[in-house]
Amino acid sequence: VTTVSFSTAGLDDVTATAASLRRFLHGLPGVDQVGAEERAAGLATRSIKTTAKAWALDLAIRMIDLTTLEGQDTPGKVRALCAKGMRPDPADGTCPSVAAICVYPDMVPVARAALDDSDVLVASVATAFPSGRSALDVKLADTRAAVDAGADEIDMVIDRGAFLAGDYRRVYDEIVAVKQECGGTHLKVILETGELVTYDNVRRASWLAMLAGADFVKTSTGKVSPAATLPVTLVMLEAVRDFRDATGRQVGVKAAGGIRTAKDAVKYLVLVNETVGDDWLSPDWFRIGASSLLNDLLMQRSKMATGRYAGPDYFTLD
Amino acid sequence: MGFEYAPAPESRAIVDLRSSYGLFVDGDFVDSGDGRSFKSVSPATEEVLAEVTEAGPKDVDRAVTAARRAYDKTWSRMPGAERAKYLYRIARIVAERSRELAVLESLDNGKPIKESRDVDLPLVSAHFFYYAGWADKLAYAGFGPDPRSLGVAGQIIPWNFPLLMLAWKIAPALACGNTVVLKPAETTSLTALVFAEICQQADLPAGVVNIVTGAGDAGRALVEHDDVDKVAFTGSTEVGKSIARSVAGTRKRTTLELGGKAANVVFDDAPLDQAVEGIVNGIFFNQGHVCCAGSRLLVQESVYDEVLARLKRRMRTLRVGDPLDKNTDVGAINSPEQLARIRELSEVGEREGAERWSPACELPERGYWFPPTIFTGVTQAHRIAREEIFGPVLSVLTFRTPAEAVEKANNTPYGLSAGVWTDKGSRILWMADRLRAGVVWANTFNKFDPASPFGGYKESGYGREGGRHGLEGYLDV
Repeated sequence: VTTVSFSTAGLDDVTATAASLRRFLHGLPGVDQVGAEERAAGLATRSIKTTAKAWALDLAIRMIDLTTLEGQDTPGKVRALCAKGMRPDPADGTCPSVAAICVYPDMVPVARAALDDSDVLVASVATAFPSGRSALDVKLADTRAAVDAGADEIDMVIDRGAFLAGDYRRVYDEIVAVKQECGGTHLKVILETGELVTYDNVRRASWLAMLAGADFVKTSTGKVSPAATLPVTLVMLEAVRDFRDATGRQVGVKAAGGIRTAKDAVKYLVLVNETVGDDWLSPDWFRIGASSLLNDLLMQRSKMATGRYAGPDYFTLD
Repeated sequence: MGFEYAPAPESRAIVDLRSSYGLFVDGDFVDSGDGRSFKSVSPATEEVLAEVTEAGPKDVDRAVTAARRAYDKTWSRMPGAERAKYLYRIARIVAERSRELAVLESLDNGKPIKESRDVDLPLVSAHFFYYAGWADKLAYAGFGPDPRSLGVAGQIIPWNFPLLMLAWKIAPALACGNTVVLKPAETTSLTALVFAEICQQADLPAGVVNIVTGAGDAGRALVEHDDVDKVAFTGSTEVGKSIARSVAGTRKRTTLELGGKAANVVFDDAPLDQAVEGIVNGIFFNQGHVCCAGSRLLVQESVYDEVLARLKRRMRTLRVGDPLDKNTDVGAINSPEQLARIRELSEVGEREGAERWSPACELPERGYWFPPTIFTGVTQAHRIAREEIFGPVLSVLTFRTPAEAVEKANNTPYGLSAGVWTDKGSRILWMADRLRAGVVWANTFNKFDPASPFGGYKESGYGREGGRHGLEGYLDV
């Protein structure tokens, strides 16, 4: 295994010991809950119309990690999802494909084969998703299986129990170990913000993940409520912005779970635009983990083109 | 390609403006005795919106006479529960017509529609609802078992929150059993005139509310009228002082809500991203046309660079332009006179050696505009740290210790409001004890609620508006 290197320029001493890591994370500026929620709610009132809306709908489609993470997933279901991801609107050649298909590790070979040489990536959850309650060896083996089967991206979960117990070093070491296991495979680190609860925790966990080498920080598994929210995503965007200012390294953000309507998706894009700007407004740096969202985006998209809404039967169900 | 928001203008069609308006006296719109009028202009486009009547001394006298008659014959005799019904009715009609009123307020004042829609109008109806609730409970307000009303209130309001200031004045006055003659500011009369229509719609007895439009002369005639029992004024400290002089030695009760030069104090342990939002909201909300605006930023020196960098980055995202566009953050300056004053004081700031900075922003060609601006390197000795600019201009100063922050914050002739940003609860309480300001906001700014009293220390005026305290100014206690 080759050692994966990444830049935390100027922050190397932060991760030197458990104590220095803890001091650093607790020294980050606090987040005022009322203020953060007010800012997110304020941005949610932006009115995105006509050309701006058309542009945002297409970008949102391109940012989707189209997801199925169910006990009842079968090869047939995954193949259908892959077809949908590659050609979301079979009747419209101008409709972009999604960013990735997100599945459990055992479904990676199916997705890999179905997506063939398309641009759509295979993302796999790993590390005893969604709870993360397993031994490190098992989590690493889980990761390895997904990588070996051809996953382009790994969505790992952090050990929320260790984080809430204040054992930041343990969380850090685990992310570092998974990152090593990933090699060149993109690593998204799921914070499960619904279990971290406070925005201060969200900010600290974001920095912890970035210091440990995360390529993306991701809000949620989708299995815990609340999943992604606008204020949580705002706090994470502020964290990746500040991290790039401090180290020069850009980290992406993925909002996952609970984003079901085109209107909601556009609110997230406004949030990205006005918090971190153009640099993050691409599928390389912002993703939306979702399943039913795609059809609403397609419905709005065809409404923009035709001036009227088509019924649900005009959009494929997969 | 970046994310360019397409224009999203709120429709003007909902506003049905007449080409000219009379004075609202004794329940009807009437012409002036001497027939003079002036134009109300949209500050964003310089378009003439309507002709408004200029009230002369005789018109003011007619209005006061009508108010006196309504007071004697109807309103002062009416049980509180009955007065409450009218106030509730007004509150509901305002809420129902809130979109129309918000559009008109933005047209006439220049403020962004998102503020008139999401801040001004909800507060206007909330204020009427709140004081409607007090009308039959005055015996329990803490002013004795049967507090009496004062009589006829002469009320003069400014142009920065036209309809909201009207609500702050009229709602408690009527709840307490007084009748009113109100003069809106000459650049923003229109929503007050639509409010007059709402009084008709609510079947409010004639003469209880009278609206006289005009400039300083009409205001002076109202203040100096012998039959006015109470003067309530919101506006500049200069005019407030002249009102105080003119009512001195008379029986008239007076409340004054005047200027401010509020300190917004940011400590090194503040939640920085939210503090930056609070700084922006404190000074750029309503183009800085806010008497309690956080126009002096006091930053602890140890986080100065970081706060400044974050503030400038945030200011680059402010959207300045068409007040009716739903995505506009900063609208037009209300009048050419105010624009000239903002420009003059900004030039003084530069001459005195402060460093001026604004984000790159394209301003419309027509109308009255000033970009969001900050001055750094400002000291207590600069005029821009002492005088109220009443525009989107922030003076940035630094401090080293909490004691120094308090000293600088209080070192002003004003005392209307202050802000404190820190994660330390004990420091918030310590600061609030020492700041001589009517309102101290902790980790927020420019928050208003009808239940919360508002008013000043020192040259920011006297008397309180809002809450139980706001009743006192309209009761004989």
